[in-house]
Amino acid sequence: MRLQISTRLAIFAVLELTAHEGRQLSVAEIGQKYGVSSHHLAKVMHVMGRAGLVHAVRGAGGGYQFAGNARRTTLLDLVQLFEDLSSVEQDADARDATPEGQALREVVSEVDDIVRATLGSITIATMRKLVDRHAISCAGRSKAVLSRRRNQSRL
Amino acid sequence: MATAAKSRATNTDTAVRVRRVQAADIPQVIGLDTRVTKLAKAEYWNDVFLRYGKRRPHERFFLVAEHRADKTKSRVLGFIIGEIRAWEFGSTPCGWVFALSVEPEMRLHNVGYALLEAISREFKKAGVGKMRTMVARDARLPMLFFRSEGMMAGPYIQLEKDLD
Repeated sequence: MRLQISTRLAIFAVLELTAHEGRQLSVAEIGQKYGVSSHHLAKVMHVMGRAGLVHAVRGAGGGYQFAGNARRTTLLDLVQLFEDLSSVEQDADARDATPEGQALREVVSEVDDIVRATLGSITIATMRKLVDRHAISCAGRSKAVLSRRRNQSRL
Repeated sequence: MATAAKSRATNTDTAVRVRRVQAADIPQVIGLDTRVTKLAKAEYWNDVFLRYGKRRPHERFFLVAEHRADKTKSRVLGFIIGEIRAWEFGSTPCGWVFALSVEPEMRLHNVGYALLEAISREFKKAGVGKMRTMVARDARLPMLFFRSEGMMAGPYIQLEKDLD
């Protein structure tokens, strides 16, 4: 499954906001980390704001805060804001009435069900744990590379 | 994250004790399962106790959680059952969790976490490095719980068909 840029940005933004609980972040701060324009990110934040997932704090030092429950909000909640996951029903045409069309719909529905079940089972809190796990393994790898380089330079 | 996990483990340790099931726990296990699933199946649970509570304890684990402080009368807050299975579906030895239930009023109190941690320790002690379970796609609560404990989709896909 390929996620649209807006979807990926929404997920990254929510992960940033939940990593800095109690503090609001500006679109510029988030955009800088992921190399994306504030303009594009602002549009994404606006969509999430309308869905009640982020809250805008105005004024000096203002920015965005996560407004959802990280243990209840899932990736599916975010993805559905930007992607059409409405399955094959929407694309139905005359060919779907054929046995071949029905067989294909059955298989595609199976894929769609798995995608929805997977996205719906990963909360933002679970994603944060995954991020932390990757951060630890990345830090470990960097440490190992540094130590290898130091040893090589000694040799 | 490591600190958070450590503090959660410490809190759990003081509140919940996990131990092997005993015959006297089975009526409470049956009661809990009936409340959660709305299906009474006493015969099944008595049979599970005989198979998983009494036989081959080095590879079968039927564990219950209870209040650590409650020393006079044990109350089962939840249970977990699993076993080490090997070479089925071509899999190397692996710990399978096939039942986990927590008293509804005790959910979000780390009981499920304590049970999963305890059975993970048993699996590790027995020499396996992988734990598996199976969850219905629409079973939101157990799915969210196992995911939050770091479980990801494995290399197998469950297949089935209607027998006409």
